[in-house]
Amino acid sequence: MEFDTIVAISTPMGEGAIAIVRLSGDEAIPIADSIFKSIGAKRLTDVPSHTIHYGHLVDPANGQAVEEVMVSLMKGPKTFTKEDVVEINCHGGIVSVNRVLQLVLKNGARLAEPGEFTKRAFLNGRIDLSQAEAVMDLIRAKTDRAMNVALGQMEGRLSKLIRKLRQEILETLAHVEVNIDYPEYDDVEEMTHHMLLEKASLVRSELKKLLQTSEQGKILREGLSTVIVGRPNVGKSSLLNSLVHENKAIVTDIPGTTRDVIEEYVNVRGVPLRLLDTAGIRETEDIVERIGVEKSRQVLKEADLILLVLNYADSLTVEDENIFKAVSGLDVIVIVNKTDLPGKIDSDRVRELAKGHKIVTTSLLDDKGVDELEEAISSLFFEGSLESGDMTYVSNSRHIALLHQALQLMEDAIQGVEMGTPIDIVQIDLTRTWELLGEIIGESIHESLIDQLFSQFCLGK
Amino acid sequence: MQYEAGNFDVIVIGAGHAGCEAGLAAARLGAKTLMITINLDMVAFMPCNPSVGGPAKGIVVREIDALGGEMGKNIDKTHIQMRMLNTGKGPAVRALRAQADKFSYQHEMKKTIENEPNMTLLQGMVDRLLIEDEAVQGVITMTGAIYRSKTVVITTGTFLRGEIILGELKYSSGPNNQQPSIKLSEHLQELGFDLVRFKTGTPPRVNSHTIDYSKTEIQPGDEIPQAFSYETTKYITDQLPCWLTYTNERTHLLIDENLHRSPMYSGMIKGTGPRYCPSIEDKVVRFNDKPRHQIFLEPEGRNTQEVYVQGLSTSLPEDVQQQIMKTIPGLENVQMMRAGYAIEYDAIVPTQLWPTLETKKIKNLYTAGQINGTSGYEEAAGQGLMAGINAGRKALNREELILSRSDAYIGVLIDDLITKGTNEPYRLLTSRAEYRLLLRHDNADLRLTEIGHEMGLISEERYERFLKKKEQIEAEKLRLKSIILKPTEQVQELIQSMGGSELKDGIRASDLLKRPEMTYGHVETLAPNEISLDTDVKEQVEIQVKYEGYIEKSLQQVDRLKKMENKKIPENIDYNKITGLATEARQKLTQIKPLTLAQASRISGVNPADISILLVYIEQGRVARISNQ
Repeated sequence: MEFDTIVAISTPMGEGAIAIVRLSGDEAIPIADSIFKSIGAKRLTDVPSHTIHYGHLVDPANGQAVEEVMVSLMKGPKTFTKEDVVEINCHGGIVSVNRVLQLVLKNGARLAEPGEFTKRAFLNGRIDLSQAEAVMDLIRAKTDRAMNVALGQMEGRLSKLIRKLRQEILETLAHVEVNIDYPEYDDVEEMTHHMLLEKASLVRSELKKLLQTSEQGKILREGLSTVIVGRPNVGKSSLLNSLVHENKAIVTDIPGTTRDVIEEYVNVRGVPLRLLDTAGIRETEDIVERIGVEKSRQVLKEADLILLVLNYADSLTVEDENIFKAVSGLDVIVIVNKTDLPGKIDSDRVRELAKGHKIVTTSLLDDKGVDELEEAISSLFFEGSLESGDMTYVSNSRHIALLHQALQLMEDAIQGVEMGTPIDIVQIDLTRTWELLGEIIGESIHESLIDQLFSQFCLGK
Repeated sequence: MQYEAGNFDVIVIGAGHAGCEAGLAAARLGAKTLMITINLDMVAFMPCNPSVGGPAKGIVVREIDALGGEMGKNIDKTHIQMRMLNTGKGPAVRALRAQADKFSYQHEMKKTIENEPNMTLLQGMVDRLLIEDEAVQGVITMTGAIYRSKTVVITTGTFLRGEIILGELKYSSGPNNQQPSIKLSEHLQELGFDLVRFKTGTPPRVNSHTIDYSKTEIQPGDEIPQAFSYETTKYITDQLPCWLTYTNERTHLLIDENLHRSPMYSGMIKGTGPRYCPSIEDKVVRFNDKPRHQIFLEPEGRNTQEVYVQGLSTSLPEDVQQQIMKTIPGLENVQMMRAGYAIEYDAIVPTQLWPTLETKKIKNLYTAGQINGTSGYEEAAGQGLMAGINAGRKALNREELILSRSDAYIGVLIDDLITKGTNEPYRLLTSRAEYRLLLRHDNADLRLTEIGHEMGLISEERYERFLKKKEQIEAEKLRLKSIILKPTEQVQELIQSMGGSELKDGIRASDLLKRPEMTYGHVETLAPNEISLDTDVKEQVEIQVKYEGYIEKSLQQVDRLKKMENKKIPENIDYNKITGLATEARQKLTQIKPLTLAQASRISGVNPADISILLVYIEQGRVARISNQ
C-alpha cells in the first residue's frame, strides 16, 4: 500500500510525565531522522528496527533544540499499521507535546485524520474483517464530530479572516484567468508582476499574522504565557515554586543558577498560566549563562504577562531600571519580594517606574503576599486588560499545518515573481494557497472561481 | 411504411462538429459507419462565430489532432487568418486561434467525409431509435427507413426541439432557419432521459461594402505561419484582417430604452444562457458602469461580403438591432444581412452518461456535443471524437477509451460534464484544468499521439516521426545537462547583454537555460549541437527545462490523482448495502455511478469520510462481494 506519512499525539491531552507523538508511513523514519540529533550523531535511518534512541529534537530551520526525547523506531510490517512507525517519547504537558507535533508537521508529515491509524492498520490487513464495521463507525462518528467543531468555527473570527483572504486571492485569480481566457478584451487590465507581487506580499503578511496569533491565541488551550523576570537572586525561582507548589526549578542563593528557561503550566484561580522562569537578565561574560540571557530576552517579547521581581532588601540598580525599560509596553505585575528582610528599596522610584502597573509586596520565603499576587493575576485577566480574548484564533494543529503550507507556497510565489516567472505559472501556487485556505473552513469548490470570473468581468461575444 | 435500409456498425445522427469527428473516427478505426444529417448542405456548418481555437479551445483542437481527428487539419486548409494568443504569458496558456472561411471549412470537411472509406453520408431525419433489451439496435427516419447498427451516436446540436427567438417573434426552428428535430427529442423523453432547456445566441451579420473601416482598428493575423495539425506542411500566407470598433453611451441608452422588447427580459426566453457569452443587452444591464464594449468585425469567408459582428450577440427585435448598429463607429450606414437571434434547445442532463459518453440508460447509445450541454465547436468536436472512438471500438468489441483530467482538456471536459453536470451551456476555460501546466498546446502530441496510434487513428509514418521527435527532445535535454559552460568572455558577454548576472563559476547549460532571461537560442550559441533540430524540438526542450520545477510539482499532484484513479469501483455496486455512507452521498453515488474513487471524490455532496468508507470496502474486496449478492 502506498500512503503518505501521518502523525498524531497518541497519548491523552493533559498533564502526564511523558507523552507520545506517533508517525506512520513510508517517510516516518526519514522525517524523524531529519529532526533528531543524538550525542553520537547516529542516524535513525541506519539503526536496526525495534530499537529505542535517546537524543534531542532540533528544528532544522534554525538549529534550535526543541525537546529532549526517546525515539522508538519500528519498521514495517511488524508494526501496528504494518507501515514504518516512529514513536517520539517526550515530556508530558500540552506545550512540549504540541511543539513536537508542530515540528514533525513542518517537516513533512500530515496530521492524521481521526481514526486514521486504525484505518491504516485495517487497510493494510493488520486488523481482521470482523472489526471493519467498528472502524467505519469510528471514522464516521469522529469525522462528524470534527465537522461539528468545524461548523462551530465557521461563525468565528478565524473563518471571517480566512474568507476575506480567500476573496482577495480569488479576485486576483479571476483577474489572471480572465487575461488568459479573454486575451483580447481590453477593458480588463493586464495583471502585472508588480500587481501580483503586491497581492502575494499582502497574503503572505496576513498568513504570517495569522500564524502569529496561532502562537498567542492558544491561551485557553495552552495558557497565558507568563515570564518571570528580575535580577539574579531576587526570588524568581521561589516565585515560580510558590505558584506551582512544587519544587522543579533549582533555588539557591548563588546568582545565575537558574540558567535555562523552565516552563510550568499552572491554574491560577481559573487563569491558565504557562510560567517561564528565566535566567537573570543582566549582561554577563559567562558564555553558558549568556545563552540563557538571550533566550530570556526573546521570551520576553513573546510573553502575554510579565512578573517583574525586585529585591526589597536591596536598593534599585541600573539592571532593575533596564529591566523596566525592556518590559515597557507589556502587561506587567511588579513584585517587591523579601519583605521579611530590612527594606532598602526606594518605593517612590518603584512606583514611578511601574507607571501604573499593579505592585504586589511579598515574602515568598514566608509564603506571604502570594494570595494577593494570584488575585492581581486573575483580575488582570478577567477584567480584560490583557489581550487574551481571541480564542477563535488559530489553535487547531491541522489549521496551523495548512497555514504553514500556504505560507510556504506564498514564499514560492513571491520568489517566482521576483525571478520573472510567467504570471500564469506563479498562479499555480496562488491557486493552491486558495485551496488550502478553503480546507481550513471546509470550502474548496472549484466552481466558485468561475463564478467570480463572470461576476467580476464583462466577457463574451 | 417502414423498410429495411441497411446494416452498419456505427450510426452517427448529425453532421456538425461533433458528428463529423464521431463519424470519421469510427470509420477510420474500421467500423462501417453511417452519418445521417437533416441537411447535407449543413455538414460542419458554423452557425455562430467564424473561428476555431483560442485559449483552452485551441489546445483541444491540438488534442483532437494528436488523437487522429480532423478539425485541426480542416481549419489549417481553410482559415483566412491565424494568431497565437497569450504569447506574452507562460507556455501553458498559449493558444492558436484561426478565423475560418466558413464556407470552405464546410466544403473541405464534407469532401473528407465523402472520400472516407467505410463511410456512408446521408440526408435524412431520425425520428426514433430502435431499442431492444435497453440497448440501441439502430434508427428509424421520418421516411420510414430502418438502419440497423451495433452502436449509435447522437450529435444533434441545437436542433432538438429548437426554437428561434428574435424580438417578439418566436418560431420552431433549428439553427439558421433549419428544420428542427422534434420527434427525436420526444422519443428521448419517452425513453426516460432527463432533458434540460438551454439557450444560446448569435449576433447580426452585415455587408462588408457598407462598413466604414476607416473608423475602426485593424487586427491582422500573425506573420509567422502556424498550424493546428502536426501533419500540416502547407501554410496559408494570404490572410484577411479583422477589425475592432466599440459601442458607446448612445448604444447603451438605446438598448436600455428597448429592454422591454427584449425576450430575455420580457420572460419569453426560459432556457439558461451561458454567462461567458452574454448578449449585448445582458452586458449593458449587468455592467452598466462600463462606458464601452468591444465589437470585432470578422469576415465570414473569402468569397462573401458577410461580416460577423462579434460582441453584439442579441435577441432584440430586428429594428432595434439596426438602430443599435447605427450608433457604432464604422457601422453608421451598415446594411444588416442577417439579424442576430437567440435559440432555445433541448439537451440531456450529462450526468446520465458514462465517462465513455455512452448513456447509462440505453446500452450502445452515445451522445456528444451540444446535446450534452456544452457550447463551442471545439468542445463538440472533442466529445464527438471520443464518442466516435468508443462507439466504433464497442461495435468492434474492443476496449473503450477514457482520458483522464491529467491527459487532456478533453478529459477535463468530459469528466466535468458527467461528474458534476452543468447548469448552463458548458464552455472550456483554462481555469477548469487543475494541471494546465501539463496540458499545453505545444505538447498535445507528446501527450496523446501514443494513444491515437494505439486506436489506429495515427498513421505509421506520422508515428515514426513522433517517436523521433520524442527521442530528440530527451537526447537534447540530456546533452544540455551534461555540458558545463565555463565563465568565458563569450559566455559572460551574452549573459550581460541579456541583463543577467555574470557567472562566478562553471554552470550546466541546462541550469543557464533556467534563468528567466535565457532562451534556448542563447544556450545553443554557447553550446552548439552538431545535429540540427526542428523548432518544435527546441521549443519543447526550452519549456521542459525552464519550468522543470513547476512541472515536477504538477506531476506530484497527478501522482496522487492516479492513485485514486487506480481504485476502481465496480459498475454494479449497491451503495445501499454499504453502511456508514451519508444519505446524500449514497444518493449522489447511486446517480452518478463513478468508475473510480477519484471520480467519486469530485462529486459534490460526497465528503472525505464517505470516500474513506468506500476505500475501505474496495481495499478489502468487499465491494465485489456486495455486487455479487
